[in-house]
Amino acid sequence: MADQSQLTPVASERPQDIRAVPVRRPGRWIAAFIVLACSASFVRFLIADSAMQWHVIGQYLFDSQVLNAVVRVFYLTVLSMLIGVILGVILAVMRLSPNPILKAASWLYIFFFRGTPLLVQIVFWYNISALFPAPHHLIDIGIPFGPALIHPNANVIITVFVAALAGLSFNEGAYMAEIVRAGIISVPEGQTEAAASLGMGRMQIMRRIVLPQAMRVILPPTGNELISMLKNTSLASVIGYAEIVYVTSDISAVNYKVIQLLIVGSIWYLALTSVAYVGQYFLERRVGQGFSRAQQITIKDRWLSLGRGRGGTLGR
Amino acid sequence: MTDVMVSAEGVHKRFGHNEVLKGITLTVNRGQVMCLLGPSGSGKSTFLRCINHLEKINSGRLSVDGELVGYREANGKLYELHERDVARKRQEIGMVFQSFNLFPHMTALQNVTLAPIQVLGRRRDETEQRARELLDRVGLSDKYNAHPVSLSGGQQQRVAIARALAMDPKLMLFDEPTSALDPELVGEVLDVMRDLARSGMTMVVVTHEIGFAREVADTVVFMDGGVVVEAGPPAEVLGAPKHERTRAFLAKVL
Ligand SMILES: Nc1ncnc2c1ncn2[C@@H]1O[C@H](COP(=O)(O)OP(=O)(O)OP(=O)(O)O)[C@@H](O)[C@H]1O
Ligand SMILES: [Mg+2]
Repeated sequence: MADQSQLTPVASERPQDIRAVPVRRPGRWIAAFIVLACSASFVRFLIADSAMQWHVIGQYLFDSQVLNAVVRVFYLTVLSMLIGVILGVILAVMRLSPNPILKAASWLYIFFFRGTPLLVQIVFWYNISALFPAPHHLIDIGIPFGPALIHPNANVIITVFVAALAGLSFNEGAYMAEIVRAGIISVPEGQTEAAASLGMGRMQIMRRIVLPQAMRVILPPTGNELISMLKNTSLASVIGYAEIVYVTSDISAVNYKVIQLLIVGSIWYLALTSVAYVGQYFLERRVGQGFSRAQQITIKDRWLSLGRGRGGTLGR
Repeated sequence: MTDVMVSAEGVHKRFGHNEVLKGITLTVNRGQVMCLLGPSGSGKSTFLRCINHLEKINSGRLSVDGELVGYREANGKLYELHERDVARKRQEIGMVFQSFNLFPHMTALQNVTLAPIQVLGRRRDETEQRARELLDRVGLSDKYNAHPVSLSGGQQQRVAIARALAMDPKLMLFDEPTSALDPELVGEVLDVMRDLARSGMTMVVVTHEIGFAREVADTVVFMDGGVVVEAGPPAEVLGAPKHERTRAFLAKVL
């Protein structure tokens, strides 16, 4: 039973394409004109008015303090997101487990960390040493209700960076848990049953069958989360972490170029966001494998089709 | 020599208050093919799923190759098996589903090699070699690297059969393997199953393909309302049914 998968070329003569007078759409022209006019006047305002002081923006864009802050934001975002995703997977699996204690624990975690402001959480972690007895603020880490094995000093461990990381990643874990859970339950039960009937264990099924398929549902909202995370790192400025907002407002406190430095910061946020976009695009393409008969559409194809499509297309 | 592979004695299964299996008693001998027929909702799938413990039975005894399904018996007491041991027993029982249930994120070859590598810890190169042979055997030698979406239903089901066979099962369960297929694709799957039966595989097949049952089955069982109404060689059950319900059902599907 050889399966003919190639299409055999059909008749050589192609019928003539239809040539018709396209429908006139004056509304489109008017709308386009209004938008272009508004944009043009806005751009004129930005460029012409010397009040913008573009040279100031240029001067601070690659300032070493600013660049350091950008690198810190990058690391803080990546690390927090990484921990957040791992926490999210653990919490989601707990939430879906038959064990009622694990289920309840996961629910409570999500309830607290989603239900309180991120800003509060970051400040909380920064000040956590107050909960451990002065003067050394020692944290006893060891067997619960048993002997402590190590006694680190809370003030030493909880640096601004650690507090920011804890605040951002623990909070992210709660959001990711819900996203991962939605992904897991989107995988049809037949998949789990087929894997179980092959003798695979629960962990193997989760890792090899369910999670890879859940990724398709998990990734797009995770991209959103990543971008939110990027911007939420700015909250770490309140505890004095030298990230973009902290550094740029520090500079503008001295030279009063508030707007210019806000723009410097925004440009960097946009640049970092763009990196996230590109990453998401390639990841989504990877996990989308095997889910669509259509060949993967590349960026280039999409732009090419912009020029072609006449009536506009629905959907993605 | 009558070597029993599957033995069910008074198997009951409830979902809440809905009693789906009301005392099923039957045996499948090694190397034999049993076809299960019956109207929708009669409990055929449920019984099949009990055999590899995808469903837990409520009472009765069910054993595969002399060992109880899901339990261990010692000193007249039943002990529930650990998940690990249930999984180990499932390795020896292949199952083919109506909706194929191939893993969509893997190629045909990966679908077939996954369990032998992950579960049995076999070597990749040997497993892939074996998987290619199995795919060849089900007529898919040109589809090793195709993802399930790009395969027809009949091709997908044949990959699913190869996937189950890759574990070298001693028993194969088929739950309406051709019901989701277009009529012209049914034949290619039945051909593969016929070959398998000829090679001596023990099979329990839920099917509405009376022709297949007549030709391949050693025993045909007609179920209705959670009980076995009639069981015997195809010539008897299909050719000269004793019960009115069997006759009515056959009149409808033929
Ligand atoms: N997981 C479940 N929970 C509750 N009820 C169930 C469950 N699985 C099956 N049932 C019920 O058990 C009965 C028998 O179902 P089963 O799938 O075994 O029938 P079947 O003979 O395979 O029918 P079909 O030919 O339609 O596949 C049905 O009434 C169904 O609603
Ligand atoms: Mg069924």
